[in-house]
Amino acid sequence: MSDSSAAHDELLSRSRGGDYASFAALVEGLQGRVYGLARRITGRREDAEDVVQQTFLSVLEHLDTFRGDGPIAGWVLRIAANHGLKLLRKRRALPTVPLDAAAENEAVGLPHPDYVAPWRDAPAELAQRAEVRQLLDEALSELDDKYRVVFVLRDVEGFSVRETAEALGLTESAVKVRLLRARLALRERLTRALGDEAARIYPTHDHG
Amino acid sequence: MTCDELLQALNEYVDGRLDLPECRRFADHLAGCSPCQVVVDNIRQTISLFKAGEPYPLPDEFRDRLSQTLKDRWRAKFASS
Repeated sequence: MSDSSAAHDELLSRSRGGDYASFAALVEGLQGRVYGLARRITGRREDAEDVVQQTFLSVLEHLDTFRGDGPIAGWVLRIAANHGLKLLRKRRALPTVPLDAAAENEAVGLPHPDYVAPWRDAPAELAQRAEVRQLLDEALSELDDKYRVVFVLRDVEGFSVRETAEALGLTESAVKVRLLRARLALRERLTRALGDEAARIYPTHDHG
Repeated sequence: MTCDELLQALNEYVDGRLDLPECRRFADHLAGCSPCQVVVDNIRQTISLFKAGEPYPLPDEFRDRLSQTLKDRWRAKFASS
């Protein structure tokens, strides 16, 4: 979360004073990022719109209680991540088990990389292609919710491990384990699609 | 360091959080293990690709609807305080 901006702080302080134009400008500046986060977490346009609306209604509601202990963008994205999680739980009618449950067991038995091959093209070039964007959406949506949310906050939004843990109410070690699982699963999925079959390597794991 | 141990330390290595001795052991293993080299490259590429992803455009119709909803809520909030 590098873009802590003095401009946002100024807008926040004027919003608190009752200046609607400042609040609208603050929303305008953050809504694209919040929508991107919500799209990645929920995987659906309508759900993402719900999350964005809930997020800014919460921001408006709690305008006076933001403590300013970090960039406002981080605060808003945290709210959005939690609304996203709430929506996922509702959508899947999951019992609201704590996110941390069973985290200890996740550290053992990491899946070994199976499809190992250098990629045919560089990420910057791949990112331009519509079919790759589709692949990224699919790969993310196939991840278990609890891994996807961690990956989106840490690797897409650039939260630190600690910020991710605080945002989701997880321990840092749970975040690390989930992040590793998310990265390994996405690597596997993307490399199957983007790897150079002719240069594929078959890992043996038989050496020290 | 074995391939398994490398896997466990992968995040810290990719994020630059390994301490120096551990980082050396990691690098020594990598130097002699091409599957692990490729896995580490793949992981870095995976992260870069997601970071380089195009932003999702906010649908215009939703932008207008959001703006109206927030304006209404704003009026209610400041009218009552």
